[in-house]
Amino acid sequence: MSSSVIIFYIISAFILVAALLAVTTRRIFRSAIFLLFTLIGTAALFFWMGVEFIAAVQVIIYVGGIVVLIIFSIFLTQKSGDEMPKPLRNRSIFSALALVFGFSFTYHLINGYGFGPTIHEPFNIKVSEIGMQMLSTKEHGFVLPFEVVSILLLASMVGCIVIAMKIKPIEERDSK
Amino acid sequence: MTEITITHILFVSTALFFIGMYGLFTRRNMITMLMAIELILNSVNINFIAFNKYLYPGKLDGVFFAIFIITIAAAEAALAIAIIINLYRSHHSIDVEDASELKY
Repeated sequence: MSSSVIIFYIISAFILVAALLAVTTRRIFRSAIFLLFTLIGTAALFFWMGVEFIAAVQVIIYVGGIVVLIIFSIFLTQKSGDEMPKPLRNRSIFSALALVFGFSFTYHLINGYGFGPTIHEPFNIKVSEIGMQMLSTKEHGFVLPFEVVSILLLASMVGCIVIAMKIKPIEERDSK
Repeated sequence: MTEITITHILFVSTALFFIGMYGLFTRRNMITMLMAIELILNSVNINFIAFNKYLYPGKLDGVFFAIFIITIAAAEAALAIAIIINLYRSHHSIDVEDASELKY
């Protein structure tokens, strides 16, 4: 076993254990912290696969943005020291069964598919190539999805403000 | 076992997907359900990068899909948290069982 293989096994065990703890622990703040570890582990897996740009984006957006947002909303809405109620026994048993059967079925399909030999080309992506292809209007260019996503971000920003806005009661509005 | 193939990475991402699924089924708190959705989106990202690296190393399409998924996940998390905070204001609870006015 080379060191790269050992590092892969360590990273994937870290991801799976942290994810399992994130969905089973009963204190919500701990759950958020384990989610943070899962996301960092995924970024490490991206580093291991040689896509440094995606790993950096993962750390910046998920770890720096989404987890901080989730922790803020936990502080706004929960008493974070309290334990959450246990899930119903029936529900957790059947969810675990669905998990096991779904996982084994999917893994059986993946194993039987036969992806062919691994291609051993070097896989190093230049960030400049990503930028050029993202804004290219020629074939295999991604400028249309780029624009669609920018409209989506704008719309979600406006939507967040509208949803979370406090609406004043009508009498108060009329008196002004 | 001396070499990591695409099947190993798909094993990790499938396990992550079904762990997220388990969280989505068992949790009734909206914030933890949102976390489970983030886990699922992450496993999809791992899949896209692995397919790009092992099957089509000359192209960049999987990387672009991963970038767009990350963007959409960020927008989705922001919207979901706005909805959760609004729900907390009106119901003083973010348990999905308590928000059942539209059920019948």
